[in-house]
Amino acid sequence: MNIHEYQGKEILRNYGVAVPNGKVAFSVEEAVEAAKELGTDVCVVKAQIHAGGRGKAGGVKVAKNLDEVRTYAEEILGKTLVTHQTGPEGKEVKRLLIEEGCDIQKEYYIGFVLDRATSRVVLMASEEGGTEIEEVAEKTPEKIFKEYIDPVLGLMPYQARRIAFNINIPKELVNKAVKFMTGLYTVFVEKDASVAEINPLVVTGDGNVMALDAKINFDSNALYRHKDIMEYRDLEEEDPKEIEASKYDLSYISLDGNIGCMVNGAGLAMSTMDIIKHYGGDPANFLDVGGGATAEKVTEAFKIILSDKNVKGIFVNIFGGIMKCDVIASGVVEAAKQVGLSVPLVVRLEGTNVDLGKKILSESDIDVVPADSMADGAQKIVELVGK
Amino acid sequence: MSVFVNKDTKVIVQGITGSTALFHTKQMLEYGTKIVGGVTPGKGGMEVEGVPVFNTVKEAVEQTGATVSVIYVPAPFAADSIVEAVDAELDLAICITEHIPVLDMVKVKRYMEGKKTRLIGPNCPGVITADECKVGIMPGYIHKKGHVGVVSRSGTLTYEAVHQLTQAGIGQTTAVGIGGDPVNGTDFIDVLKAFNEDPETKAVIMIGEIGGTAEEEAAEWVKANMTKPVVGFIGGRTAPPGKRMGHAGAIISGGKGTADEKIRVMNECGIKVAETPSVMGETLIEVLKENGIYEECKTH
Repeated sequence: MNIHEYQGKEILRNYGVAVPNGKVAFSVEEAVEAAKELGTDVCVVKAQIHAGGRGKAGGVKVAKNLDEVRTYAEEILGKTLVTHQTGPEGKEVKRLLIEEGCDIQKEYYIGFVLDRATSRVVLMASEEGGTEIEEVAEKTPEKIFKEYIDPVLGLMPYQARRIAFNINIPKELVNKAVKFMTGLYTVFVEKDASVAEINPLVVTGDGNVMALDAKINFDSNALYRHKDIMEYRDLEEEDPKEIEASKYDLSYISLDGNIGCMVNGAGLAMSTMDIIKHYGGDPANFLDVGGGATAEKVTEAFKIILSDKNVKGIFVNIFGGIMKCDVIASGVVEAAKQVGLSVPLVVRLEGTNVDLGKKILSESDIDVVPADSMADGAQKIVELVGK
Repeated sequence: MSVFVNKDTKVIVQGITGSTALFHTKQMLEYGTKIVGGVTPGKGGMEVEGVPVFNTVKEAVEQTGATVSVIYVPAPFAADSIVEAVDAELDLAICITEHIPVLDMVKVKRYMEGKKTRLIGPNCPGVITADECKVGIMPGYIHKKGHVGVVSRSGTLTYEAVHQLTQAGIGQTTAVGIGGDPVNGTDFIDVLKAFNEDPETKAVIMIGEIGGTAEEEAAEWVKANMTKPVVGFIGGRTAPPGKRMGHAGAIISGGKGTADEKIRVMNECGIKVAETPSVMGETLIEVLKENGIYEECKTH
């Protein structure tokens, strides 16, 4: 799960990790009020959306007085920002962070992320702050330093020190940098983060080490034990169909095509998209109904697929293991009845209780095109939609 | 021969009284798996499906002589269950549970260093040795005894591959689902090593998906060590970057972990990669023929 920069900074502040003073604003008036309360000469008006690259897209402005705060807030609020992470449709700005300006001496990069190869959390750092870490890794990999963290010991002070010296934090500020990294690691493990990226981390003229930006994502599998983090969820930043799907524990991702897919198992669901493309079609979504699906969940999945107006046909591809074919079949029949199916439906069933599932489908009065295999089903739906 | 489990393997089921576990315990027993006990704390002394239930794994192992455990415990408690299985010194713990917090698995992996137990999964369909022993959630009837090993990050894609093989008259030794999580107990290389050493296994299908670099590393290992032909498939060629495709581990991030890159490395290492998931079986058969082992792998 993603959260906004101001929310990430709120968490950091609670853990004693240095961040500039700032307040969130939902309107121009609130923005001006927030700037007044901060009482600094210069403040920064920052668009809050779940995407990086805001600065380049005009979503971050430095204001020298309250009039400028008002001007920039009016300009940015309601604006649709298009960055390399938003896609071409962009994202509308509905929240601002009004933050005190600071005297930046130098920018760095600090990030914690899971390293799959070692099954450890890794601390990555670079002197090239402000640039995306992937870009640094590509062009100047020698400027990235890493420390792998033993989960029993946690981030050791010497590791944080070694990073601080390697990325040339001024000697007198090394202890502050160590405190910063230790605090950030604590946030990472206590809140089950999946990414905690500070880019840039800055050293200021008055001798502070602080987070100028904060990108923190959380492991959705661990949210059950972090009610406080769940409250940070901003539904306006998410696809409505994906939100609806998550209510029923369905794994759904919107795509641009016109063939709706309902599959069990992530690997098979991905491959179903692949094979539709292979036969010249275009998938409208990724949808894994999961292992423990009930007829009700399948019905909801169907409704979500059909709520996408681009969908011109549906391909159900089920290989039952945990998932029983009769459950899928009952759900499909029920959903077709409830929503009044108006597009072609191709169903391929295999696995646990397959005969029972096929029987339910053939005895129902819904119009189902049966398929013998994944390739057969993909070819049939592509042909039906193409007509 | 086979890898990891066979007809003599004694298995216990952790979380046996849950509804999913009960359903699959029944299925495993029907397949012929020697389920000798179950564990649900507080329900020791009960009996389900004719199987005695114990309060702790240690007790279950002492009373039954089990060497393998299969874990169906819900995600919030699954890490604890894996560690309990390791602590009881089982040979193998197979964790079916999905949605385990990844930092729980980081701790579990650290705890397992230097321990006797091998972990398979989590978030996997389990392990099946055809016609002998089914430990997990896969539909048993699609499997047929033979000479091809299957290893996969995806459950349903494993079924797809096995089904294609069986339909084409090509049986399997063992099918191993290593799971779709970013931190798992057993990786492709561990399973490939086991297949390489198993005299019954003549060829292997390796099924990967987007995210991470496990397939690339396995391909390099195959090139350097494998004495048997390996064919592959990678799911997620059309997956958009930055989106988690169902499995926690299936994500292209920072341009890394794409299907095209994996396929490129696998091809370079001599692994023939199936163009679509529906020709995994056909692709293997072509390779069996090229290697002159088609006849001995054909089971009817």
